[in-house]
Amino acid sequence: MLLGRSANGLYWMHRYIERAENMARLVDTGLRLALTQTGMAADEWASVLTSAGVRNLFEQDHDTFDTATVTNFLLRDLKNPSSVMSSMETARMNARMVRTALTRETWESVNEAWMALTRMLRRPVGEQDLPLVLDAIKRETALIRGAFHGTMLRNEIFDFAQIGTMIERADNTARILDVKYYVLLPSVAWVGSSLDNHQWQTILRSVSALRSYRWTYEGDYQPTNIAHYLILNRRMPRSLIFCYQGINESLGYLADEYGVRHACHEMASAKLEKLRSASITDVFDEGLHEFLKDFIRDTGALGDRIAADFRFY
Amino acid sequence: MTTFDEMRLGGQARPPYEGYSSWFEQQDPKRLNQKAGDAERVFRRTGITFAVYGDAEAAERLIPFDIVPRIISGKEWRRLVQGIEQRVQALNAFLDDIYHRQEILRAGRIPKEIIANNAAFLPEMIGVRPPGGVYTHIIGVDIVRTGENDFFVLEDNARTPSGVSYMLENRETMMQLFPELFQQVKVLPVENYPQLLRESLKAVKPQGCEGTPTIAVLTPGSFNSAFFEHAFLADQMGVELVEGSDLRVVDGHVAMRTTQGFKKIDVLYRRVDDDYLDPLTFRPDSVLGVPGIMDVYRAGKIAIANAPGTGIADDKAIYSYMPEIVEFYTGRKAILQNVPTWRCSEPDSLAYVLDHLEELVVKEVHGSGGYGMLVGPAASKKERAAFAKKLAAKPANYIAQPTLALSTCPIFTSKGLAPRHVDLRPFVLVSDRIRIVPGGLTRVALKKGSLVVNSSQGGGTKDTWVLDD
Repeated sequence: MLLGRSANGLYWMHRYIERAENMARLVDTGLRLALTQTGMAADEWASVLTSAGVRNLFEQDHDTFDTATVTNFLLRDLKNPSSVMSSMETARMNARMVRTALTRETWESVNEAWMALTRMLRRPVGEQDLPLVLDAIKRETALIRGAFHGTMLRNEIFDFAQIGTMIERADNTARILDVKYYVLLPSVAWVGSSLDNHQWQTILRSVSALRSYRWTYEGDYQPTNIAHYLILNRRMPRSLIFCYQGINESLGYLADEYGVRHACHEMASAKLEKLRSASITDVFDEGLHEFLKDFIRDTGALGDRIAADFRFY
Repeated sequence: MTTFDEMRLGGQARPPYEGYSSWFEQQDPKRLNQKAGDAERVFRRTGITFAVYGDAEAAERLIPFDIVPRIISGKEWRRLVQGIEQRVQALNAFLDDIYHRQEILRAGRIPKEIIANNAAFLPEMIGVRPPGGVYTHIIGVDIVRTGENDFFVLEDNARTPSGVSYMLENRETMMQLFPELFQQVKVLPVENYPQLLRESLKAVKPQGCEGTPTIAVLTPGSFNSAFFEHAFLADQMGVELVEGSDLRVVDGHVAMRTTQGFKKIDVLYRRVDDDYLDPLTFRPDSVLGVPGIMDVYRAGKIAIANAPGTGIADDKAIYSYMPEIVEFYTGRKAILQNVPTWRCSEPDSLAYVLDHLEELVVKEVHGSGGYGMLVGPAASKKERAAFAKKLAAKPANYIAQPTLALSTCPIFTSKGLAPRHVDLRPFVLVSDRIRIVPGGLTRVALKKGSLVVNSSQGGGTKDTWVLDD
């Protein structure tokens, strides 16, 4: 038996932990580009802000896209609800609320991550300290995931947490792709300039997939391969289809345990079916941007449906 | 005023402290210093923090923990238990009486006005008999000591006493820090408190509830200063931790919203004050409670611990009548003494109190947590004069007590052991029978000479040992 409010807390706790981690990766990518292509730094930071879905918010208070301003906004600004610090605050607040549903190890890892990051992000982060801070964020969130996966019983608590992680990740990957989709379009790719190579690497790096891409496609940076990898590769842990496999798996366990299927089950399995049967050519034919736009919208709707079906509110 | 030191520093240790004392003498102070630091880290990591109201900066603060245990012999404890049992029986009998026939008022043992004009008396509870006939299920009796055989009850906390999680975590921490010490000194266990609480709550399930009752802990939410404790107890008992927004009256029962629909609750251990419990009956603006829960309660479909309206039993104005109350309902003299108390509502007492402010402690009748009180001997002339004005303006709002020479127990400081004043809050469970774990929460005033042990005023805590002797 699980309270609807607890399911909600678990779901959002994990969405925000995932978001904090993705944000660190995104900043890492932006930083690398800013370092290697100084002329393009402002453009790159602007597109990082768009990927993070906070560009409008940023522009309310700032008009320059320099490294210090953008990274501080993304890492520590509490006015930005998706900044790493805001995300950790929200994740911990939810963890605190549902702490009776968590193992001691999981709660303590969240609490310790929050303490470490609060300390680290108390003051503006200088450029020379950024790599260290970004590593720390990734390490802390990895520790939480490790504690969670290593100690939590696989039951409804685990399922709602897992759904939160996968919905957030699907959304994040789709957003990263959507901001850079034009780089992957065949017409532009024909140019094959070194700039484009950089851009592709950026996409892969921002989902920690640079090395694993090389294992899979032997270092051949084809736009269709990159798109396939991030959208349709079933073994790539941040691809859209992988996230939907995860969502469906967890929803399936919930259906078994509760003995009932809801509207969200149908929505999730229809989406997975569509991804399974699609080829990357289909996706490009449909229009990559349209495909991603629909995907982001549908994933948001799925989240809302899950909240309603399981009485989060 | 001579102070009774429970360990007897500087000389031969008092018998209960002998075992500890000989262990302590063999310890390297450096190592102990390090252990004290370890303890703080443990507390911070597990997130045992509390919020101080009106202190936005320190939203999350630790209650300082001292590594020297407060030790009580088995014999001393057994005597305390007798007194406590008598007292909680009297409290429950008083509550039943006051919400029914009011015999004690008819007998003229306590004045009618003190009930009639008391905000803690809930007219909504008149004629209501809770499941099992128990009103106050969980009681924290604050006890102070002034000498070898002199124990006084300072306060009965009969509403929603807190602090039991500290009792449990303090023991846990001590056992982690000094496992070898527990080999040498035999201490009675306290860790079964959550199981006892669960049994106790099960035993007051409402009539008509078949099988094992569903129990839940109701918290005001994660921003409440005692949230850690609410979560801790729910967790240890293996029951749900609910907020008002999770609950709703469904088909004449209180039910919680789960991922699979609404599920009935039979026993609610609530940590929400009376005022906020039911917006339809009490404060209409409350979002912490459950609309309609009082109707369900009056229909006997749910047990609420503690019952609404128990505040009338631990009100400071009532406190001064406790010796009469105990005698009236148990037919015997109170085993545990009250601290002598002047009721400022009585003109003679008021005159005396105003004349002797420099030696008295004056408390607000409805205050708590050490706020709004005057410790005469520690206050400046100016502070006393200002307080005298407030007192003269609203005498019925205050009671006064002599400044007790609270016993001391040493704390560990960088310069070695140093005596500090302590009190004791044992936790008592009342249902089909009375259950008391051997121990309690020892609060300690960390400032030298201070008599205020409240955590909100710079107090700390200690592990409390009752010896198995």
